[in-house]
Amino acid sequence: MPDILSRPFRFGSNSGQPITRRDGIAKVTGTAIFAADNMPDRLLHAVIVPAGIARGRVTHLDAEAAEAHPGVTHVITPQNRPPLQGDPSAKTMMFSFRIEVLQDDAVRYAGQPIAMVLGETLEAATEGAHLLSPRYDVEPARVRLDDSPSFAFDPAGFGLPADVEHGDVDAGHRAARWVVDATYETAAQYHNAMETHAIVAEWDGDRLTLDMPSQALAISCAAYAFYFGIPAGNVTLRSPYLGGGFGSKAFATGPQVLAILAARMTGRPVKLMLTRQQMFGPVGHRGATRQRLRLGADDRAALTVIDHEGLAETSSFDDFVEPAAGASQGLYAARALRSTHRAVRLDIGTPGPMRAPGEASGSAALECAMDEMAEQIGIDPLEFRLRNYAETEPGTGRPYSSKALRECYMQAAERFGWAGRPLKPGQMRDDNGLLVGWGMGTALFPCPMFAAEARATLRPDGTALVETSAADMGQGAWTALAQIAADSLGLPLEKLEFRSGHSGLPDAGVAGGSGHTATAGGALHAAGSDVIRQLGEIAAADPASPLYGSGNAGFVARDGRLYVADDDSRSEAFAEIIGRAGGAAITGNGTASRPPEDAERHAMSSHGAVFAEVKVDPDLYQMRVTRMVGAFAAGRIINPRLAESQLMGGMIWGISFALHEEARHDPRTGRIVNADFAGYHVPVNADVRGLEVITVHEDDPYVNALGIKGVGEIGITGAVGAIANAIWHATGKRIRRFPIRIEDLSTA
Amino acid sequence: MNRFDFIQPITIEDAIAAWRPGAAWLGGGTNLVDLMKTGALQPELVIDITHLPGLGTIETLPDGSTRIGALANNSDLAHDPGISRRFPMLAEAILSGASGQLRNAATVGGNLMQRTRCAYFQDPNAACNRRVPGLGCDAREGENANLAILGWSASCIATNPSDFCVSLAALDAVVEVQGPAGRREIAFTDFHHLPGDTPERENALKPGELILALRLPAEAAQFATNSRYLKLRDRTSFAFAIASAAAALRLESGRIAEARLALGAVAAKPWRVTEAETLLTGHIPDPALFERAADAALAGAAPSGGNAWKIDLARRTAARALVMAAAGTPARMPALPASPFGELTGEPTHA
Ligand SMILES: Cc1cc2nc3c(=O)[nH]c(=O)nc-3n(C[C@H](O)[C@H](O)[C@H](O)COP(=O)(O)OP(=O)(O)OC[C@H]3O[C@@H](n4cnc5c(N)ncnc54)[C@H](O)[C@@H]3O)c2cc1C
Ligand code: SF4
Repeated sequence: MPDILSRPFRFGSNSGQPITRRDGIAKVTGTAIFAADNMPDRLLHAVIVPAGIARGRVTHLDAEAAEAHPGVTHVITPQNRPPLQGDPSAKTMMFSFRIEVLQDDAVRYAGQPIAMVLGETLEAATEGAHLLSPRYDVEPARVRLDDSPSFAFDPAGFGLPADVEHGDVDAGHRAARWVVDATYETAAQYHNAMETHAIVAEWDGDRLTLDMPSQALAISCAAYAFYFGIPAGNVTLRSPYLGGGFGSKAFATGPQVLAILAARMTGRPVKLMLTRQQMFGPVGHRGATRQRLRLGADDRAALTVIDHEGLAETSSFDDFVEPAAGASQGLYAARALRSTHRAVRLDIGTPGPMRAPGEASGSAALECAMDEMAEQIGIDPLEFRLRNYAETEPGTGRPYSSKALRECYMQAAERFGWAGRPLKPGQMRDDNGLLVGWGMGTALFPCPMFAAEARATLRPDGTALVETSAADMGQGAWTALAQIAADSLGLPLEKLEFRSGHSGLPDAGVAGGSGHTATAGGALHAAGSDVIRQLGEIAAADPASPLYGSGNAGFVARDGRLYVADDDSRSEAFAEIIGRAGGAAITGNGTASRPPEDAERHAMSSHGAVFAEVKVDPDLYQMRVTRMVGAFAAGRIINPRLAESQLMGGMIWGISFALHEEARHDPRTGRIVNADFAGYHVPVNADVRGLEVITVHEDDPYVNALGIKGVGEIGITGAVGAIANAIWHATGKRIRRFPIRIEDLSTA
Repeated sequence: MNRFDFIQPITIEDAIAAWRPGAAWLGGGTNLVDLMKTGALQPELVIDITHLPGLGTIETLPDGSTRIGALANNSDLAHDPGISRRFPMLAEAILSGASGQLRNAATVGGNLMQRTRCAYFQDPNAACNRRVPGLGCDAREGENANLAILGWSASCIATNPSDFCVSLAALDAVVEVQGPAGRREIAFTDFHHLPGDTPERENALKPGELILALRLPAEAAQFATNSRYLKLRDRTSFAFAIASAAAALRLESGRIAEARLALGAVAAKPWRVTEAETLLTGHIPDPALFERAADAALAGAAPSGGNAWKIDLARRTAARALVMAAAGTPARMPALPASPFGELTGEPTHA
């Protein structure tokens, strides 16, 4: 078995270019059609009624009042909800969640749909929903981590992180000359893409058409088909654009299933679009965590142990546990490593994967603990990390497929001007008397690969059509994937028609796990290569072609022509080859996935280093991140502009995580009291200053054929800790709860 | 959304005649419409006042006072050269609030009348004495970290969220109103009410009264060179205050001849503190003096829930605002108005 997955191939006339988003103009001019823009004839509008309590039973809904409202056509409650063919509590596949679709009158979290109202207009349905005036039997809400006992679970399956242990943890603790034992808390965060969850559902017999944003088209089709007892092939899902996803649009959600049910029940197309407030509950969130980190280090500042215990909230009816402690695996060369997880059942919607699930929360805690350890030992935090640099994967000893983390540290530190940072806190002030602090953190994210398929068709005129059902969440799939496809075919982008975002196309897998470009791109590349291989066979066998007989030398496709690999003087245009061969288009198919044995042999991760400067008012404690530099090594960068924008977006989420984002529950009703953008803060422009991203070159021959690692999520990791550490460096105060607020500093 | 009647009168008289209990005036709608959407407010009649004539002007009257029409929008007001020259603290307070888009839509009258941001007021499922008298106050045992520390009562612990109003209180503005019984004027410091046992009576407007204008007395311009608004908040822009202060000094030969101090986000009304003003008068400005004045401003403060921490921060905010006022009004509006980060050079102008 060769050690290298792919032969070196020519790559680069499109890839590597900072091409702007190909869908950019359509989006900024409003011509891009998002799901909720669809207005089929005879459309009914659906509005869900969210539960106003977190636990108990609905005892009364005034359906008569709602039905009497002009324009209201149907009120769907647990009493009259038509049956589903698939059990909404079933876990049929890896990514299944139990969904709330009016199966009973129980309330399990505030915001759970307890009824759905349909109307001829959105306004009528909205008013009908108000008129239902629910009454409840209320039971006390459990919404804080201490409100229920914690439990361990059988760590198996999606959403249930495995506990991992390497080395002798007890011995690691005993060998420690320096000890950090600290507990950190992270707040619940709710996915709030600009585009809220929307769907337009229409039935034609037993065929279902869905216009909805989806990060995973094939999986979604299978899920909806299951609930409605039809073959997956009967579901057509159109998702050309998503206004953001962040993990929340990869799964079937209760409200969307109810909208499909409503469409079947009424025989009319039904549209549902959640309001901003309704995003806080039924469509997943990043669960709150409490993490205890125990670090030990010896005389030489070498880590003897990283012992990371995660406690995370989950719902009362399903299991998803933020895998925070997993972030301590695979990063620092500790002699012993342990990651364990426990969960707490609360009266909340089920958490789910949200951009860097586990990695973001876990990295926040780990990077702070590392800083606390460096402080204790009395060495520079960067130096401390370098002393514990893992040359091979800690615990397993596997080699890394590639790892330019050291270069990331050096380049980011240099650019930031880290040298000369005082070790002690509270030493730096700016001209206005503000406290200045510098902190850093390491970024780490795995680079998974899923399975995908793609098709490429070279047309007789020398242009090509490439097809795969990828998801552009704004990250730029329409652009980066087309660049890969164009390169695989040796065509300029203009000669390429790229079709995507439709379930009828070959399955491009999930846009998640930062693996979409690698996975869908891999399939596209394989499909294009398949076309070129076929074209080469035709040309090599065609005595009229200048390429005749050169099959053994191999071919290179470039700019619409096929060249003999070792002889640039022999070439022919695609169209001519096809024309002589009878003029039939050539279709190639490609798949991509990572063979398990390759995944076993190497540790594969993207790495990075993030440095942050904060300023803090010494009396008022208002904080601001004034500068951030992140350097990331993430394999081949297909489109530097898009990659940098992803990395920046991640770092901005780091600011959000560190200083802003938090869903706050009323302790008695369990309702989220800040469920809108006035109350649920994310950074605004004025909070994001001087953000710099460096991408560090990395060739990775093992990770996949294209050497792509993925950049979608890593930017959050490292950043949160860097900011908290900078706040400590400015003020001398360790705040171990995120987001860090003015009152935390003022009372610390 | 409830069914409601909607009218657009084109004379003030028609507007006032059209008012009936259950009606609401509609200005920019940035507050009213949000609350109608959550269901917290369900007016039966919405009277759009934006077509009323003559309410959008900003003018200087013969007696030297400045009159600001109730329909002037927040952006126009803040960017009016006369306002920013004579009352820079007003402009700074406005520009520290909401976002550019909201300020473009929001009217002066609406800003004065904006409702508390108490989460339970906005949530029709919650018990709120201010919204429905007698229901109780869910905030008392709920999420109340940013609620009142001054002037609250057992029946309501909400704060007034306006930035603009804090500086208006400090500058002794006057509110001109017209109602079924004719025109009258209300001193700004009497305009908003403390909750007492009747939190639903938020202000001095009588049923059917419409705000026509605000008037700033000529004397208010005497503070132009030494007046600042300072706002503490959870993000650098586009957030309501945790604590704020409007501080204005009139200096004569190095001494404080007259002082004004009002605090925001601490009570159901902008908290003007004349005790602190008296304490400052006649003295040479210095930080210790400002600390004493700030102490006096917070005298009587008490936590209404989990917000004891706000007392000290409000005190520090007041002291800093006085320091900043003494240092002088900046020649140009800081790029980040009212921010502790506002003086930094090289800031972009989006605030
Ligand atoms: C997301 C967000 C953030 C915000 N942040 C801030 C902030 O940081 N600081 C801040 O100060 N403000 C902030 N605001 C509030 C904003 O200032 C107010 O919404 C705005 O000033 C209201 O003006 P309007 O004309 O839109 O009022 P409307 O919404 O039209 O009306 C508000 C109220 O005033 C009444 N009303 C309007 N005009 C008159 C009149 N002439 N006479 C009598 N009654 C009248 C209405 O009946 C209604 O009750 C924010 C608002 C939002 C939505
Ligand atoms: S504090 Fe006032 S506004 Fe808030 S819930 Fe209580 S009564 Fe209502």
